[in-house]
Amino acid sequence: MTTAVNESAPGGAARQAAAGLPRLLPAAPEDLRAHLARYGPAPYRNQPGALIADVEASGLTGRGGAAFPVYRKLAAVARAGVRTGHRQGGRTVVVANGAESEPASRKDELLLQLAPNLVLDGLQLTAEAVGAAEAHLYLHRAPGPQILRALAERNARGLDRLAVTITQAPPRFLAGQETAVVNRLGGGPALPTFQPPRVSERGLGGAPTLVQNVETLAHLALIARYGPRWFRAVGTAAEPGSMLTTIYRPDAKAHVREAAIGAQLSTLLGAEANVQAWLVGGYHGTWLPMPDAAGSTLDNASVRRFGAAVGAGVLAALPSDRCGLAETARVTRYLAAESAGQCGPCLNGLPRIAAGLAELAGRGHRRQTRADLERWAGLVEGRGACHHPDGTVRFVRSALTVFEPEIARHARGHCSATNRAPFLPLPDGLPTSEEDWT
Amino acid sequence: MAERLRVNPIACSGHGVCAELLPELVTLDEWGYPIVDPGPVPVALDRDARRAVAACPALALKLTRSEEPARSA
Amino acid sequence: MNTAFWYASRATGIVALLLLTAVLVLGILVNRQGRLPGLPRFAVTDVHRNLSLLSVAFIVVHVLTAVLDTYVHIPLISAVIPFASGYERLWLALGAISLDIMLAMIVTSLLRGRLNRILWRAVHLLAYASWPVAFAHCIGSSKDLQQGWMLGLAVGCAVIVVAAVIWRLAHAARQVPRARRVAAIFSQVTR
Repeated sequence: MTTAVNESAPGGAARQAAAGLPRLLPAAPEDLRAHLARYGPAPYRNQPGALIADVEASGLTGRGGAAFPVYRKLAAVARAGVRTGHRQGGRTVVVANGAESEPASRKDELLLQLAPNLVLDGLQLTAEAVGAAEAHLYLHRAPGPQILRALAERNARGLDRLAVTITQAPPRFLAGQETAVVNRLGGGPALPTFQPPRVSERGLGGAPTLVQNVETLAHLALIARYGPRWFRAVGTAAEPGSMLTTIYRPDAKAHVREAAIGAQLSTLLGAEANVQAWLVGGYHGTWLPMPDAAGSTLDNASVRRFGAAVGAGVLAALPSDRCGLAETARVTRYLAAESAGQCGPCLNGLPRIAAGLAELAGRGHRRQTRADLERWAGLVEGRGACHHPDGTVRFVRSALTVFEPEIARHARGHCSATNRAPFLPLPDGLPTSEEDWT
Repeated sequence: MAERLRVNPIACSGHGVCAELLPELVTLDEWGYPIVDPGPVPVALDRDARRAVAACPALALKLTRSEEPARSA
Repeated sequence: MNTAFWYASRATGIVALLLLTAVLVLGILVNRQGRLPGLPRFAVTDVHRNLSLLSVAFIVVHVLTAVLDTYVHIPLISAVIPFASGYERLWLALGAISLDIMLAMIVTSLLRGRLNRILWRAVHLLAYASWPVAFAHCIGSSKDLQQGWMLGLAVGCAVIVVAAVIWRLAHAARQVPRARRVAAIFSQVTR
């Protein structure tokens, strides 16, 4: 039975350190007992929509990569639910998106291992806020023992108002895209669909659907308890709060670290001299030249000058002994192979761009290739049903700028890399049949 | 009340009928897919635009009212 | 007068068969992004549409003249309700079924912009059912078509339709499935 105690009264019984980090990640996986001892139960308001004002005041943005203001999505779905109320009983759907389809990202996986109850609290609180009748958890792999145990324990205590249906995402780059999620949950393949209508208007089973990243839900679960002012105690005024980052330093192993937005990137990525470029925002992100970008901070306002955005927090420091072109070519080939193949421009453009980059990464290239790459980039941008071509083009264009000197060297038959081992992580299997998308 | 042309790139299979009927607003890329002018359709071209929408064999061309709905992430 | 109606019905029926054959072939041509020599791309769609409306016009005359002819009693309703006619019950029923499908196709095509794309296509694919049923109606209900040059004409139409359908199916079989499209482009562009 849920007690209707509102733990989020300002100055109220905060059971956690007021403003510092970490906020989301405990040192070890927390079971329900530890979670309740630390945070108390999820503070239901017993009134739909009540949470949305707090979320708006907090300035929370989506942590799945798009950084869309969360309150706007909540409000849109809640409104759409009311609008269709007479037809469908006002039911909406909430989905916790844990697909984490970006191969270099590890933060959602870790969050679900260490603090599944925070995510599940967020899911239930969000469901209440938008009047949902259905809750889903969409995962990258089969649910781990922590998630299953968390759900079982919560069920036993009757903490959850909605049963949560778990669906596994196929290991495809696009599987976490909002419309692909809804497509998959509806029994179809994890392929993007054309919008309009937006999923917040008509999603799963025709009902307004809210798709929210699992980290976003975890933040929301804390905002519900400690309030928007607490949330804003870290971060910047324009981009408040903290975020999980997946960091690749020259030792090339992934570290997940929670950081305040606006933190120095050099604190996260290190200040070593033997770094030629930083990748910010993952494989749809942007290369930043070093040492020019060394003073940048983990917020969009700072990295915007390089055309970058922090996205889902994937950060990499490319050592100087690698070839930036080779890394870019490898990733672009992966991105092209992961195209849904549904839209003519993306289907035709991305493999050609990948092939062009492979040529640049080799020894000597035709003079036409640079011009072709520019033309193809312009042709695919904005012409797909989803942002896959756009993100790929952003990544490629930043590489062509940042690694320009290397391109010239390769054209003369040289390469400045001394280490040919691949640096950025990529999964092995590439899709070959329809089953790979289900 | 400005209307804009939008192509559903999933439905589009590159027939190219739209580009023939509305060359002022639609050109074809090197793979035969339409590049559609994102701006509002001028009043003078409204009839031609409707004709192009009706003629698309794949039902991929649409005229939408009001602001362009953004694609999601 | 009656004889005139009867002849008109038979004549318009034959012309309708020829037109419907052309419409089906043109429909396949549209799908295959084929061209009519010397004409722009939109002409294929336009001619397909116009001929389909013309076919229905001929069918309407075909039905009306058959109804007006008093030598046999054919109720008007039997044009759309199968088995409502006493005369040549089965063959007219086939005509009615074929016409019903055509009407569904035309109505959905007129409402095309407002209908779900998939629904429109599903109804339109019924053309492949409508034509053979119409063909059976022609052969079964008209002695003319069962001999001589008219039989030759009808068989010629059937051969054309079969060839077009085979062409369509062959393309469908050769189509690269979505999951392999990217790989296909990769092999095209990689040297």
